[in-house]
This record gives sequence, structure tokens and C-alpha cells, in this order.
Amino acid sequence: MLELQNISFQVEEENSQKEILRNVNLKIEDDQFIALTGPNGGGKSTLARVIAGIEKPVEGRILFDGVDVTDKSITERANMGISYAFQQPVRFKGVTVLDLIRLAAGEKISTAGACDYLSEVGLCARDYINREVNASLSGGELKRIEIATIIARGTKMSVFDEPEAGIDLWSFNNLIKVFEKMHERIAGASILIISHQERILNIADRIIVIADGRVTAEGKKEDILPGLLNDESDMNCRFYKEGY
Amino acid sequence: MDAIEQTLLEQIAGLHEIPTGAYNIRANGQTESRNTTANIDIISKPDGTGIDIRIKPGTKHESVHIPVILSQTGLQEVVYNDFYVGEGADVVIVAGCGIHNSGCDTSKHDGIHRFFLEKGARVRYVEKHYGEGDGNGKRIMNPKTVVELGQDAYMEMDSVQIKGVDSTIRTTEAVLADGARFVVTEKLMTHGSQDAKSEFVVDLDGKGSSANVVSRSVAREDSRQLFVSKIHGNNKCSGHSECDSIIMDDAKISAVPEITANHPDAALIHEAAIGKIAGEQITKLMTLGLTEQEAEEQIVNGFLK
Repeated sequence: MLELQNISFQVEEENSQKEILRNVNLKIEDDQFIALTGPNGGGKSTLARVIAGIEKPVEGRILFDGVDVTDKSITERANMGISYAFQQPVRFKGVTVLDLIRLAAGEKISTAGACDYLSEVGLCARDYINREVNASLSGGELKRIEIATIIARGTKMSVFDEPEAGIDLWSFNNLIKVFEKMHERIAGASILIISHQERILNIADRIIVIADGRVTAEGKKEDILPGLLNDESDMNCRFYKEGY
Repeated sequence: MDAIEQTLLEQIAGLHEIPTGAYNIRANGQTESRNTTANIDIISKPDGTGIDIRIKPGTKHESVHIPVILSQTGLQEVVYNDFYVGEGADVVIVAGCGIHNSGCDTSKHDGIHRFFLEKGARVRYVEKHYGEGDGNGKRIMNPKTVVELGQDAYMEMDSVQIKGVDSTIRTTEAVLADGARFVVTEKLMTHGSQDAKSEFVVDLDGKGSSANVVSRSVAREDSRQLFVSKIHGNNKCSGHSECDSIIMDDAKISAVPEITANHPDAALIHEAAIGKIAGEQITKLMTLGLTEQEAEEQIVNGFLK
């Protein structure tokens, strides 16, 4: 279980402090599939980065399976079982797709094993496995490889920051299946997905809405989703009712 | 050959034992062993300054290894090796120099390699430089490569220097005839107070000739690097040079690309980039469970792979 207690985060902006997260309290139980949504600039991505340890909160505590991880490094949290998929995947000159998946799997998996992860995200493994994760890959290809690294890690907690963005040529259904499969595969595993996509919100056990750095709504999709869809203009947020 | 010499041989030529095919192993200023084949002859120059390697026209799928190892401290030498590659031959040439200096005198090897490729000949030339030893003596290598490519000849040159050479001035000069192609991949890593200069001068004289010079380097600690690439387009030709460097610690890097078109149909491009390892790259690898140091090593290793 992941628990955020009174998390606040701020950045310096022209000699003043801008609050990005204000007193966020959240509990993500084991085996839960959570969708985190809300308007752009509301603090969702920052929250994901705080969970991964990339940003450090100015106040509050983070507990993972009862252990206080607030002061633990990115590496320590990764090794404890927290995975984080970047909204904008990083490019590397010289590091191949195979290298990255092997690093993610944390063991010397075979090329065939690494290919399986690529196939899961809809990439023809043979064409990609030895390619460098560099600027020759499109944004959509990088996003799928990023998702494949998280599948390869197979950790107890996986955080995805807008995984659907840029995946334009891939059937959206496959993306949904990837998350459902991940959820089934690892007993007790939790998935937190930042998304504006109605179809992703639809498969979530619980939806959390973050706006202006605060949790403004939280609950079962049946209770939250209708309100979100009706309040589109008030939310100042894009919701796509149609899949890709 | 003792254990130190064997280690050097393994580092520079990937050899665990005596290679098959033609070879000339030079250790501490002397020819240690040599083998020739029906198609590849190796002849010592009469004045003792080096060797001539003569590859018969049409020779295919053969290799030549000419590693040089120095394990005596203070040994300094200049060696001239000339390769004559016959028409239509297709061979692999592996050269390299390993210096083990455990003393306090300077060990130095300056190898001047000249390649003369006849019409349609193809050569893959692999060159590795490596230094080791815990003495205070400097390990210096100044390789010079001179390439003359005949009509439609092709040469691919892979040079690697990633460890232990205190000072190096690497010079590569190439002149290309019609339809010839020259491809260079250089990988260089410096650390400590090492100094490296690498200069390429390519003359695209022939119609339809082309060159691609790519250098990837990492400079760590207090080391200094200078990369100079000059491509002259003297005919209808295409040339590309690229220098990509990672700078770390207190290192200094200069990249000086120069392209000159002396013909209206010369198409020349140069690219040069120097920068630190991007913070996001380290962060991504840390989210996969690597420590910051492991992430940095992984990025550098990948970059130089």
C-alpha cells in the first residue's frame, strides 16, 4: 500500500514560492487500479514524480508498505518496488532498446524474453530490439518502449504519466489490455495512471481528481466519472470520449 | 610471451592466442612472431623501420593482425607500416598498440600506417589503443594513418582508445579517387590529466567520392580533448563529419569542424555537439534501480559502445 500524508510541494518563481501540491492525502491500496485526472497544471505529474522520489516534498510523509520512504532515493524506491513511466521518455545515444529492457528487468534476460515485452506493447520486436533509444524513434515508439520497461520491471507499484499521449498508431484497446494484463499478472500490484482518457478512467477501480494542487474528488468511477463528463467546462480539462 | 604481454594483446586485438591468417606481432621493439599466407605477404623494410604488408588482388575473407606491445619502461619507437591492397581484395586489418609502463620513464609508440587501396579494394581497419601500468612513466601514442583510396575503393576505420594513454596526437589523412568511400568511427575516452588530439583531413578528389567521419568521445576529470575535422570537397562528392562529446568533471573539449567546397556539386555537412550527461537520463536509469554512479557508467558505456 502506498500512502501520501499531507504532501506539499512548491517551486520558486520570480522570488516567490508557487505551491504545486497542497496537503495531498492519498491511500492506494494493494491490487487497486487508480486513475489520476484533473486539469493541466493541477499537480498530477508532480505528484507522480514525488512518489518516484524525483521531487522531494517540502512537507508530508510517503509510506510504502508501511515503510517511510520520504527520505529514500529514487534508486532505493525503485528497488523497493516502485516503477515510474515518464510522460516524456528519455532518449539515450548508444543505449539500445534491449539494454534498457535488460536494465529494467534487473537480470540477464534473453533477447527472446526482451522481445516478449516489446510485443506486448505492439512493437514488432525484431525491428526494434537492437535500435538505439535515440532521436530516430518517434514519440509514440518511445512511449511504448517506456511502457515495456515498466512491464519488464513487474513491480508492486507502477505509476504511468499520461501513457496514451502520442500513441497514435496503436489501437487504443491494446493499451487498455496491457494495463489490465499487468494488473492481473502481479498479485497485489497497484497501478496509478495519470490520464484524461475516458476509456482509461472507465477501467479504474477508483478515480482521483487533482486540481490546483489539491485532491478535489475521489471515489469509485461510478460516482466520479459522470460528474467529470458533465462538468467538462468547469474542470477546464480535456476529456476524450472517443478512443483513438 | 609473458602474462603482461598477453593481457595487452587481448586488450588491443581481442587475441587470446596466436591469430589465424597473416600476422606480425611486435613486442618491445622486435618482431616477436610473424605469419604470411599465400595471398598476404609481410616484409620487413630494409632499414628496419617497419614492415610492408602486400595483399594480392582478389584476396577475399582474409585478415591481417599487426599488434604492437610495449612492456619495457622507457622504450620509445617510431614504426612505419605500409599496406598495399590489390585490386578487388576484401580484407580485415587489425592493428593496435598496448603499453604497460610500470616504471618511471616515458614509453612511446608512434605508428605511421599508410594504406594504398587499388581499384575496388575493400578494407575494414580496426585499431585499438590501450595503456596500463602503475608506474609514473608516461604512456604516449601518436598514431598517424594515411589513406589513398583508388577508384571505387572502400575503407572503414574503427579506432578505439578508451583507457590508459596519457598523451596522444592522432592524425588521419585520406585522399579519395572517383567513387571511393571512407568511413571512420572513432571512440575516445580520456581521464586523469590525459591529453588527446585527433585530427582528420579528408580530400574528396574523385567524382562521386564520399566520406563519413564520426567521433564519439568522453572526457572525464582534468583531461583535455581537441577534435579537428577538415573535409575538402574537390569534386562532385558528399562528406559528413560529426563530433559528439560528453564532458564530465573538470575536463575541457574543443571541436573544430571545417568543411571546404571547391566544387559546386560538393555536398558537405558537419555536426558537433558537446554536453554533460542529461540529468533526465540518470534519473530514468535510477527509476530502474541503478545508483547514480551505475547510471552514469551505463550511459558512458552505451555512448562509446
